[in-house]
Amino acid sequence: MTSYITLSYVDLALASVLVLINAGLSLIFGLKIHRSLLIAAIRMAVQLTLIGLVLTALFSLVSPLWTGLAVFAMILFAGQEVMQRQDRRLSGWWCFGLGTGCMMMSSVLVTVFALLTAIRPSPWYDPRYSIPLLGMILGKCMTGIALGLNTLTTSLMLRRAAVEARLMLGATRWDAAGPVTRDALRSALMPTINSMSATGLVSLPGMMTGQILSGVPPVEAVKYQILVMFLIAGGTGFGAVAAVLGGVYRLTDARHRLRLDRLAAPQAT
Amino acid sequence: MACYSLGVVAGDLSTIVVQAGESVKRRAAGPNVLKDPDLPFQTDAPLLQVRDLRTKLLKPVSFSLAVGECITVKGPSGAGKTLLLRAIADLDPNQGLVSVEGSDRSTVPAPEWRRLVGYVPAEPGWWAETVGEHFDDWIAAAAILTDLGFSEKAKSWPIARLSTGERLRLAVVRALIIRPKVLLLDEPTAALDAASVAAVESLLADRIRAGLAVLWVTHDAGQTRRIARRQLAVEAGNVREEIDQ
Repeated sequence: MTSYITLSYVDLALASVLVLINAGLSLIFGLKIHRSLLIAAIRMAVQLTLIGLVLTALFSLVSPLWTGLAVFAMILFAGQEVMQRQDRRLSGWWCFGLGTGCMMMSSVLVTVFALLTAIRPSPWYDPRYSIPLLGMILGKCMTGIALGLNTLTTSLMLRRAAVEARLMLGATRWDAAGPVTRDALRSALMPTINSMSATGLVSLPGMMTGQILSGVPPVEAVKYQILVMFLIAGGTGFGAVAAVLGGVYRLTDARHRLRLDRLAAPQAT
Repeated sequence: MACYSLGVVAGDLSTIVVQAGESVKRRAAGPNVLKDPDLPFQTDAPLLQVRDLRTKLLKPVSFSLAVGECITVKGPSGAGKTLLLRAIADLDPNQGLVSVEGSDRSTVPAPEWRRLVGYVPAEPGWWAETVGEHFDDWIAAAAILTDLGFSEKAKSWPIARLSTGERLRLAVVRALIIRPKVLLLDEPTAALDAASVAAVESLLADRIRAGLAVLWVTHDAGQTRRIARRQLAVEAGNVREEIDQ
């Protein structure tokens, strides 16, 4: 693992010229995106530098407390992101709590499973393994849950009459919301399925290419990638099922009514 | 069939003029507000009892509906007619006592309740692509649908191509084949031509004679004359009974 080539800040400065060229194109064609492009590039550089420092500190500490806190912070940020991606949010505490709780449950479960059974670092929570692993699982889980919940709320609103028609004919809330629930779960899992089937043909996953660049033999890097893909599929599946069923539970009640009044008013954007 | 019912329509128009005058007088004398929880229920075997039913927007309402009785509900748009029906069907959060054949709604699981008390909204919903998929028992449905002018081939018709009137009639049949004791109808004949109105009224009249109790929202005073003897008027969330006869 020592055969990797280190980069100097001059190398980075040179590469950043590409972003400046992009900004120049925006000026020439009047796209008016040069400002946001530059801000995004600077944010990216600053955020990654900071996370590099944080990870350096975490890796040298190998403390269960600090590792746990870092994991918790990552999950809270992901929860915030899930909330931002909803066209119509659940009202009150549920809005942040449902997505965050489901992500925490599924991503931590799957990460711990991988740490204890497949990777087995010592100690098992070694942040050098646990943090990147959780990060990869959490990222995909977040996308899945955000898509699933968004599909659920928007299609319950669009298909309200159809759902209520079944309730009126004596269906339970789970039967009446069944087609909408299935659509939401499908849209939550589709990105994972698509990325699994395209991996290796269309795209080379970042984690695997990263390992190859740092000198790991491709066959070994591929094994890691396959493990991570399985973990992502599992984590996204558990998380999305929990979040979507939790959403159906919240948007209906014990008297089998559709409770769209439990959606917050649409945000003025 | 069509000629016969058109005759009835014309006949009823003349009586409405007289009746309307009466009802105005009665209202001036003092509206029959049904807020009193101790209001005696009808003595002849009330099938549906509603007592102090209320929601955020609906003021407390009490009334009862006997076996084989039809009550119409009138009132301006947005007054709360649909809210009243939805509250009885338990589709919106509500308080108050509602019972069918003496069994309290709160002791009956909601899906079972909605099979006892069917509801056909003004804009019925459809969850599948073709007509047939919306009926568990197509043979029973087809028997009624042919009376309403549908052909046997209707089973494979796509819902998207049906007119509003066709959808309303299908929704009435969809609710009827569950065999509810009470049926709540929200303007079921609003988008129908005269012949179809007559067919739907005659179908429901048969069921009412067989014991079905119906709460029927309609704007059509002539229809009220034809199908009901009692009428509820809803205005700004207040429900009161109008006794014209």
